[in-house]
Amino acid sequence: MVAARAMGREECEALAKRALAAATADETRITINSGARGNTRFAVNQISTGGDNYDATVSVRSTFGKRTGVVNTNKLDDASLKAAVQLAERLAKLSPEDPEAMPELGPQSYASSRGWSDSTASLDPSARANAARAITEPARAAGLVSTGYLETRAGATAVANSKGLFAYDRQTALSLTTTVRTEDGTGSGWAGATSHDFAQLNPRDLGARAIDKARRSVNPVAVEPGRYTVILEPTAVGNLVQFIVNAMNARNADEGRSFFSKAGGGNKIGMKVVDERVTLTSDPLDPEAYGNTFSNDGQPISKTTWIENGVVKNLAYDRFWAQKQGREPLPSGAGTLRMTGGSASVDELIASVDRGILVTRFWYIRPVDPRTILYTGLTRDGTFLIERGRITRAVKNLRFNESPIFMLNNLEAMGRPVRVSASEAGGPGQAIVVPPIKTRDFSFTSLSDAV
Amino acid sequence: MLALDAARSAGAEYADVRISRNRVQSINTRERRVQGLSDNETFGFGVRTLVGGAWGFAASSDLTRDEVARIARQAAAQAKANRAAQVRPVVLAPAPATKEGKWRGPAKLDPFDIAIEEKVALLLSANEAALKVQGSRFVNSAMFFLREEKTYANSDGSFTEQMIYRASPTMTVTAVSSDSSDFQSRQSTDIAPMGRGWEHVLDSKLVENAPRWAEEAVQKLSAKPVEVGRYDLVLHPTHLGLTIHESIAHPTELDRVYGYEANYAGTSFVAPPEKMLGKFKYGPEFMNIQGDRSQDGSLAACGWDDDGVQPETFLIIKNGIVHDYQTTREQANWLDWWYKQQKLPTRSHGCSYAQSWADVQFQRMPNVSLLPGEQNLKWEDLIAATDRGIAIVGDGSFSIDQQRYNAQFGGQLFYEIRGGKITGMLKDVAYQMRTPEFWNAMDMMGGKDSYWLWGAFGDAKGQPSQSNAVSHGCPPTRHRQINVINTGRRA
Repeated sequence: MVAARAMGREECEALAKRALAAATADETRITINSGARGNTRFAVNQISTGGDNYDATVSVRSTFGKRTGVVNTNKLDDASLKAAVQLAERLAKLSPEDPEAMPELGPQSYASSRGWSDSTASLDPSARANAARAITEPARAAGLVSTGYLETRAGATAVANSKGLFAYDRQTALSLTTTVRTEDGTGSGWAGATSHDFAQLNPRDLGARAIDKARRSVNPVAVEPGRYTVILEPTAVGNLVQFIVNAMNARNADEGRSFFSKAGGGNKIGMKVVDERVTLTSDPLDPEAYGNTFSNDGQPISKTTWIENGVVKNLAYDRFWAQKQGREPLPSGAGTLRMTGGSASVDELIASVDRGILVTRFWYIRPVDPRTILYTGLTRDGTFLIERGRITRAVKNLRFNESPIFMLNNLEAMGRPVRVSASEAGGPGQAIVVPPIKTRDFSFTSLSDAV
Repeated sequence: MLALDAARSAGAEYADVRISRNRVQSINTRERRVQGLSDNETFGFGVRTLVGGAWGFAASSDLTRDEVARIARQAAAQAKANRAAQVRPVVLAPAPATKEGKWRGPAKLDPFDIAIEEKVALLLSANEAALKVQGSRFVNSAMFFLREEKTYANSDGSFTEQMIYRASPTMTVTAVSSDSSDFQSRQSTDIAPMGRGWEHVLDSKLVENAPRWAEEAVQKLSAKPVEVGRYDLVLHPTHLGLTIHESIAHPTELDRVYGYEANYAGTSFVAPPEKMLGKFKYGPEFMNIQGDRSQDGSLAACGWDDDGVQPETFLIIKNGIVHDYQTTREQANWLDWWYKQQKLPTRSHGCSYAQSWADVQFQRMPNVSLLPGEQNLKWEDLIAATDRGIAIVGDGSFSIDQQRYNAQFGGQLFYEIRGGKITGMLKDVAYQMRTPEFWNAMDMMGGKDSYWLWGAFGDAKGQPSQSNAVSHGCPPTRHRQINVINTGRRA
């Protein structure tokens, strides 16, 4: 079955050796990505399309002195590989000197990743169709319209260079999301999940959650836009909190073009930026959110604390900027994020609100002002009014203009963190574990008629 | 042909195969250095099959006889698995077969024939020109080129070969205030990506334009924060292309209208078609929206779509009223009743597209353009006719809901208009709109001499998300009394 194909460690070592043997540059780095992807889409209660593909690509990065060129190809025979190396070397020689060029790293040691699951790698089209049916059939029986998407990835990455560095890791990932709508289009509910392991997903339960939200969200009423106390379900929290870590780049901060720039120069490391209950970490060995154990240039990635008790603990430093600033390099690319939480359930959080809004998830989230990490976007597929500690009715969707920084400063309470599907496109995306939160003065700026 | 034969013997009533070789080159610079120089090639094939009215698709980069046959059988087996949950089988609208078709994009100079040194030197001189401007601190510039060689065949007898080019030069200049309390950027949105070759880079005059972009970034630092309220907006084509893309092109995709994209891209307010076609007033009578894949140098231009259909030019909005939707062979039959009523043939408009050999094709937008007005008005004429308003140049931040009603757009440059004149620069401007009200509030538009082709390079739709490239032509327009917010929050 195609679904289980990803190049093994020995195969990658042999391929890298073949490519390096053809190299004449001062330094050469070979990156190999291989893997299979499978997907099944369903719409209007039936499977609409699907796809299975396998690809393996080699990236050759050649450096002469401070001149570098990169060539990527998916043709792996000897002649094509040699041609790719020769082209990368030609590009490098034509490239001007890069004053910021850093030498390749020597051999490193890496933690061994545990993010591979055979249950995901072996999922075939009929198993995917069964998962889809576990959602479409109950939806059809309930007179509702289900649409959704199941994607699996099983892939391996290897980095090797002419100084003897070799890193290899393989991972699986999958996501299942569904949007269930009422026949008349006045109600819509969403549920989604991601994991590295298909066995941890329950398609029927996920469908039932979306069906329940679709039914409860019919005939929404308009509320006045303005500042509200909100309960954000974990997906909505994940949708926004990921942008904080994405902005935590030391160089942009030091150059004065980031929220993390300090007034008068420098950056905000050591400064309190959000509520002291908030800690943000990324750990590639987090059993609920496995990530990458090495970066594109072969640096080992270990557990990193970005914000600790509300204070900026670290910013990401590339190797050049770290050297220039006299810091240790810190890669950003773990692909995982965890936010600390509390012990309350979503229902308990709701019970503490006199008047507010419950948000299932956000949509079409786009940057507006990088000075404050301000984003705009809309609520979608399950937005409800809370009155005197209870959900009383569905409300129309609202557009927000808000920063996750302000949101976490206005924090009132947090629930239990869970793994969420926080990628808008419904793919596996980053592995994110976040709590539901209660926060005040969340800024909604207009109403939307969209259901 | 081997793939089509293997698919048919595995039970497919229809099959098609796409083989493509994509070559991509990108060069990225900042200030006085080249950050990245890369050349990518990907080659592979994908087979799509229809078995009992259900689709299957499989793809591989290994173009050997055995693998081609195996992938074709796999696509057929997947279609059979997908059929299990079927409610309504897929029926393709008829399309004439093209026996041997060849098409080549209008590139005069193949970007892959141009020396790297020339490309690098051009970017670095443009950066230098921007950095000479007092107050400009950072500059990023880039070039991106694509050449796709695509061969397509289907079991109806079509066989086509196409060569598609795309070129995108870009620059962003950032200015930082002396006390580090503010920073502002200007992106080169007055240069659109196009379906052309190296000549598009030369025509873009990066070195000549760079000082202006830098000056505008610096000016933004001292621009006046906008006062919230309702304003008449005069929108430049370099800005309006994106608004058309989001608020007209997306909601008239027929798969969205029928709920096929509800889980990601969303549905559409332009639904159901029975209540919209020939009835719904999208905008004023002088508003005409055209779909096509033929405008010279446009990003969606091609000879045949990924269903093997030769695209046609069609009106989506005619005299302000919804007239048609974007379709593929699978979807054209859904509007059979309307085409019969209009005495038009039921045929696909040619809107099938896949981003690469590894992805399945589906309905994607063609170029969707606002046709210019009969009076040959210009940008300056619209400003001169406006008493109190804001002129917006270049596209910026954007967001729109899943049915394409409520949108918010920023921009690159904002100018205050008072008494028919530009009186100064504004910042932190975004407008919020409800699509039908926004287009019905349009009361002026420019003529053919002010028509300009904007381009979107990374339009995302589908699951897995696929990227499409399209152009949107338009003249400048004026919209009365639109809600403007100030986005410059401090807490």
